[in-house]
Amino acid sequence: MAFPAANPVTQSVSGFKRGTLFFKSSLPRNRFNVLFNGIAGVFATIAVLPLFLVLAYVLFKGGSLLRPGLFTQLPPAPGLSGGGIGNAILGTLLVTLLASLIAIPVGVGGGIYLAEYSRKGWFAQFVRFGNDVLAGVPSIISGVFVYGAIVATRVFFNQSYSALAGGIALAVLMLPTVIKTTDEGLRLVSNDLRLGAYGVGASRFVTITRITLPAALTPIATGMVLAIARAAGETAPLIFTALFSPFWPEGVFNPIATMSVLIFNFAIMPYEAQNQLAWAASFVLVMMILLANLVARRIAARSKT
Amino acid sequence: MTSSTKAEAFALRRRPPLEKLIDNGFRQSTILMAAMVAFILLAIFATVFLGAREAISTFGLKFLTTSAWDPVNERYGAFTAIYGTLVSSLLALLLAVPLGIGTAIFITEDLLPIRLRDLIGMMVELLAAIPSVVLGLWAIFVMEPAIRPALGFLHDTLGWLPFFSTVPQGPGMAPAILILVVMILPIITAISRDALNQVPIELRQGAYGIGTTRWGAIFNIILPAAISAITGGVMLALGRAMGETMAVTMIIGNALNFNLSLLAPGNTISSMLANQFGEADGIQVSALMYAALILMLLTFVVNILAQWVVRRLSLRY
Repeated sequence: MAFPAANPVTQSVSGFKRGTLFFKSSLPRNRFNVLFNGIAGVFATIAVLPLFLVLAYVLFKGGSLLRPGLFTQLPPAPGLSGGGIGNAILGTLLVTLLASLIAIPVGVGGGIYLAEYSRKGWFAQFVRFGNDVLAGVPSIISGVFVYGAIVATRVFFNQSYSALAGGIALAVLMLPTVIKTTDEGLRLVSNDLRLGAYGVGASRFVTITRITLPAALTPIATGMVLAIARAAGETAPLIFTALFSPFWPEGVFNPIATMSVLIFNFAIMPYEAQNQLAWAASFVLVMMILLANLVARRIAARSKT
Repeated sequence: MTSSTKAEAFALRRRPPLEKLIDNGFRQSTILMAAMVAFILLAIFATVFLGAREAISTFGLKFLTTSAWDPVNERYGAFTAIYGTLVSSLLALLLAVPLGIGTAIFITEDLLPIRLRDLIGMMVELLAAIPSVVLGLWAIFVMEPAIRPALGFLHDTLGWLPFFSTVPQGPGMAPAILILVVMILPIITAISRDALNQVPIELRQGAYGIGTTRWGAIFNIILPAAISAITGGVMLALGRAMGETMAVTMIIGNALNFNLSLLAPGNTISSMLANQFGEADGIQVSALMYAALILMLLTFVVNILAQWVVRRLSLRY
């Protein structure tokens, strides 16, 4: 910040040497400032670089393999070329749907309890704490849990690996996000709305389902879309619950192929054709997830205005 | 309007039994759903602990300090995996913390137009949305071949250190650490950004008012005010790094024998689980469950510490 140069006093202004009031870029602190501006800029560039590199490779390597057969054919036997990932696309949609059907009702219900019935009670605090702990549980542990509880015990019609087991493992990972977004979304709803509803004689159930839930729909919907997108890309909970299958899906009680497990299996195979399919599956998966993220962003942005 | 309809309108309505039933039933069912969280958490602990019981009684605490993983003779020790988990996540954190906080400062200060800053923030968040397995694929076919010359140079110049004593030949600990940095960077950046945005503007105005520079204000005023939330975010990132599975499994090499060198293949608890769980049987399953239990306890402790740090370190202003 420059001192007005019109000031004729050269020696001192109220005790300051006049020279010290001018901005000198050679001062150590100003050099330090410029240096750190640069460092922060370099760090930010490094931080966005991987996104560009990953997206570029997925778009070029995966996008160039795009052909109609990719969506309608089964993966080839190891070593053979051609084929598609139709069963894996269908499998990812099915397993994610199963997970959502389990996690969303339970999570929204739990979130309603936390936000509407008991905000400060010990049980609510305990559930919130447990929810944070569950959110920190590594995804592979969820797979180990479902393997131990469902796959190894064969509870579903004596079937071991199944699409349903994979769906449950994903639901365990989705649940904390769904509860948290529902809880926080409902707590943002103004209390006047609730009091107004009680005032005209609505019951608690009607107030929640007709007034507060619709009012909080936007943040909740954003959270759901993000949770579903996250679950669609998860691999670790599926590799020993849903397993993999080279065939079309055969119901929810049989092993099923998913895109994420296909990428993992085919990436570490020593065959060129399989590696190519892994890139193609990455392209489809990343496009689906980015699309979901952009939709969620659009929902969230629309509510702000 | 006649007076009789008016009186009817103001008469107290008795709640019909059905409405009471629905109300109560709804409340009970939400309590049940909230309790599911606690139930699942307990079920996870119980399943993993019961599965690990056999290995715990066979190997005891020696499991933590021995590095034998020998399915033929049924001797198991998880030291290699535990060491790999700790080293990979801590070194990844060491690299990601300055990068993440630097990026967060860059997009919360007014160095660039706000649209550009929001764009950078959005891109970092999109990086978090890319599935781990896709990053692993990219790491195998693009990143690892690209950085191998640099790792080779590291070996040539610093090869006398035990940490760089092996020739890099593909998958290994070092590429795994780099891919972990990519995975936890968005968490650190997002949480630091929120923390920096929440520092009251008066603090910054006061700092500028007494004549400090931008970075004087950042280092002396803004970062100390936001340090609790940033530390919490860093701890959460540590928990995430320790449990991260797919990308690490695909690039770390999954070596069963212990090696101090970062350029050699290594192993982590989660990648060991991902690789062996499907094909294991007998006591190997139990040993893997034991390793899973250790991983759970590690992430549990780190997450609890994160919550405690946020509450304890928060400055009052």
